[in-house]
Amino acid sequence: MSPRITIATAARVMLQLRRDPRTIAMLLLVPCLLEVLLYYVLDGQPLVFQRIGAPLLGIFPFISMFLVTAITMLRERTTGTLERLMSMPLSKLDLLAGYGIAFGVVAAVQAVLTAGVAFGLLDLQVAGSEWAVAGLAIANAILGMALGLFVSAFAQTEFQAVQFMPAIVIPQLLLCGLLVSRDDMAGFLQVVAAVLPLTYAYDGLERLTTIGFDSTALRDLIVVFGATLLALALGATTLRRRTP
Amino acid sequence: MAADPAIAVRDLLVRRGGVDVLHRISLEVRAGTVTGLLGPSGCGKSTLMRAIVGVQIVASGTVTVLGEPAGSRSLRSRVGYVTQAPSVYGDLSVRENLRYFAAVLGTAPERVDAVIATVGMDAFAGRVVGSLSGGQRARVSLATALLNEPPLLVLDEPTVGLDPLLRRDLWETFAGLAEAGTTLLVSSHVMDEADRCSHLLLMRDGHILAAQTPDELRGETGEDDLGEAFVRTIERWEMEAAR
Repeated sequence: MSPRITIATAARVMLQLRRDPRTIAMLLLVPCLLEVLLYYVLDGQPLVFQRIGAPLLGIFPFISMFLVTAITMLRERTTGTLERLMSMPLSKLDLLAGYGIAFGVVAAVQAVLTAGVAFGLLDLQVAGSEWAVAGLAIANAILGMALGLFVSAFAQTEFQAVQFMPAIVIPQLLLCGLLVSRDDMAGFLQVVAAVLPLTYAYDGLERLTTIGFDSTALRDLIVVFGATLLALALGATTLRRRTP
Repeated sequence: MAADPAIAVRDLLVRRGGVDVLHRISLEVRAGTVTGLLGPSGCGKSTLMRAIVGVQIVASGTVTVLGEPAGSRSLRSRVGYVTQAPSVYGDLSVRENLRYFAAVLGTAPERVDAVIATVGMDAFAGRVVGSLSGGQRARVSLATALLNEPPLLVLDEPTVGLDPLLRRDLWETFAGLAEAGTTLLVSSHVMDEADRCSHLLLMRDGHILAAQTPDELRGETGEDDLGEAFVRTIERWEMEAAR
């Protein structure tokens, strides 16, 4: 692994994003607007907004980074630039870390902006630190990126890549406990939820909302990191130097 | 004794989707030559090139490049490879693309402008690649492979769709590189480029039919025109195969 190549890759990915100002604007503004939308949807139930406002804030980056990475990496695979890079002195880790840094920076800006809107304008209150919420949002973004990278190997077209969103993200959203408490789900679904990474992301955010950053929240954060590393390792196995 | 070949392929068998694409072929490419790999589309040229660069999964046989097994780590900075479809980032400018690949290759940034000039893209250096024509994109892709001046260049149809003047200039560039010691393996499906090469590999249906210099090919077939000479070679090869 070479820091020079990693940094160059991160700079290149960010440069590519910069060429697409509309995507940047949507990445940064849509979560803020959704948070505002949620606030007014729950106009008559302010307690519900207080309960799910922070978890939702922390999960947005997961969704957007999943999509952006899946498509970017798919393009890298289908336009032959991945094959070119694989025939050059670049290690897979350089590529993965480069992507991680670039999207991590975008996620950080996204998380800070959304948190600013939620805590500053919408009067969202959490027991823990607002910065911890933003920090967990960034961790979730990296998790989304790692999963997007992995699934890009199983899509041949951008249409297929987009379909991984309902296939992989929505079930996790339904099962994580955000909409319905996991205790109310069928028993086998609780078992499934227990092995999905977004469950722990949600639990951590919920913990920050109600109690603050304690050992349980730390455990959740570690699980999110572990799932990210696992997804990255799986993603690395899909970056092949030799192909059929 | 001749110097070690830049590329030595022995009994190379490549299967794709259960079908043999390369049928245990053997060949050598001499160092410092411009070797043309000629044959119709679909004959296996790209697959052979991919095997030489080490990105193709092969069923059996050996491919030795610059004295090492194809795909070895140390070859990654010594073999320049240009795929048939331009593999550059459409959302970056010409210069941004080359700067990135220069960083990956560890090449001095000054080389970026030099290779842009070599492929005649000076006037477009700041343009986003996605807004360029197919031929211009192909030139950017080619420029990438020239960045670190590798001793071996594997170029898959680098001159398709280019302006005739530019095509001539590029072939002169290739000849100049070979004179300076670079080995070039260049594929083409148009026979009028064969004369630009010092050596030829004629390919058809996953077989190497002939490995000769253009003059040897002319002498052996009695045809002055290389296109006709190729036709004769195919006919003779098919008669032998039928026997």
